[in-house]
Amino acid sequence: MDFTKLFELVVSSALINNFVFTMFLGLCIFFGVSKKMETAVGMSITFTAVMVVSAALSWVVYTFIMVPLDLTFLKIIIFIGIVAAFVQSADTIMKKVSPSLYYKLGVYLALITTNCIIIAVPLKNAGEHYNFFESMAFGLGSGLGFGLALIIMASIREKLEVADVPAPFKGLPISFILAGLIALAFTGFSGLITL
Amino acid sequence: MATQAKSHELIVSVSPHVRGKETVERIMWTVNLSLLPAVIMSIYYFGPRAAYVTGLCIVSCVLFEHLYWKFLDRKTTVGDGSAFLTGLLLAMNLPPSVPFYIPLIGSLVAMVITKLLFGGLGYNVFNPALIGRAFLLISFPKLMTIWSEPTAKFIAMDAKTTATPLGILKEEGLTQLIEVFGSKAELYKGLLYGNIAGSLGETSAIALLVGAAILFMKRYITWHIPLSYIATVGVLAWAFGGDQGLFSGDPLIHILSGGLILGAFFMATDYVTCPTVRKGQIIFGIGCGAITMLIRLKGGFPEGVMFAILLMNCFAPLIDRSIKPKMFGAVKETKEQEK
Repeated sequence: MDFTKLFELVVSSALINNFVFTMFLGLCIFFGVSKKMETAVGMSITFTAVMVVSAALSWVVYTFIMVPLDLTFLKIIIFIGIVAAFVQSADTIMKKVSPSLYYKLGVYLALITTNCIIIAVPLKNAGEHYNFFESMAFGLGSGLGFGLALIIMASIREKLEVADVPAPFKGLPISFILAGLIALAFTGFSGLITL
Repeated sequence: MATQAKSHELIVSVSPHVRGKETVERIMWTVNLSLLPAVIMSIYYFGPRAAYVTGLCIVSCVLFEHLYWKFLDRKTTVGDGSAFLTGLLLAMNLPPSVPFYIPLIGSLVAMVITKLLFGGLGYNVFNPALIGRAFLLISFPKLMTIWSEPTAKFIAMDAKTTATPLGILKEEGLTQLIEVFGSKAELYKGLLYGNIAGSLGETSAIALLVGAAILFMKRYITWHIPLSYIATVGVLAWAFGGDQGLFSGDPLIHILSGGLILGAFFMATDYVTCPTVRKGQIIFGIGCGAITMLIRLKGGFPEGVMFAILLMNCFAPLIDRSIKPKMFGAVKETKEQEK
């Protein structure tokens, strides 16, 4: 196992090719839950966990079922099914096993099912032919990157609450401008690691 | 009954009650003044073109701010000198040969999008001049990286173009860089006086240090950010910057070249966009230094100061949040007290 490659995958998917700031994916959750720090942190934890597990599950299904049976053209539908099934079962199990954790993080699970980063990661893993550990590293990096984006955004938006923003730009519009400016800063990382 | 009639005037506002002479205007205009040596050096080395670009930046920044407030039917704030400062800093970050529309677009992005839409001075998340420059660098990568050679003869209109020291260092290595200047001492001299290619205000380290000294004497900036920033860059350049293994790099070249002096003293220390807690400021400086060296040594751009400060600007509210100063006389809460 090549640890340098895994480490590079995590860093590159978290910072250099951050899904939110370089590919502008997952924006609905990004703007939806970044209003308060508390929800942003909860979402980041849940998101990263779901991302790693669903990347691993999709890799197993893709390599051992879809490739031998020549079903790779169905990958979008199958990956959505896998993620949805996993999230739903996690939801149910968590409710039964640990109600306190469920009340903290359960609300985010339903939102995650239909997120576009969650489906982008297995698709990219399949496209790049990553092995099992690389897939998980990519999932972990993408999750951490999304969490980082959420937490930065929440910390700035909480500060902006008191700012004298002109009325037409209050709320979501100024957040979009803010996301654009952060993305501008993140271009500084471009070219750091070329995989 | 006069007291009763005027009783509403007796309502005491929140502390602090002690008033000093320092106002936003005073600080901003002093910072503008402290940049004067660097402006003079840039005009000396790059000719009337430098004065033209600087003037254009300042006028357009002030004008955009004034028009924005007029458009909103509010009191204009151009008198506080912050728009003037943004224009000045933007000009110092531009190469001398840019066509006239570059300063205009840069000023528009810096003033309106980065500062005024967020509520004006005091609410901007990013340093306006740096966002203006980052926007220009990504939109016009060719125009923004034509560096003309300094001539010091006041006729720089058709100057030869060349690469910046950092550009040569990145593409061809240290030996080539020393060869261009003749000797190592000549290289240091060029970097200190500003007789090198680069952005208008970043070339002359001495002129910038004179300005920074004024700010230190007036206590408008503290040592926390500049020192931690420059020390981090120096240590990392010494450790990883050399081509003969660890600890063979030359920290002085990295400290004196590029926009580090300008960035560390004049832009990272911006009151609005850096953390307010002292401990947070040191973390901010170290972060800036680490990202700068990461981009300079490994990244796709030859210079990383701009992106480093912008990235740390993103993190400033988070740093502030996580390092709350201890309240005077506060006792750490224990589990029992909570119950």
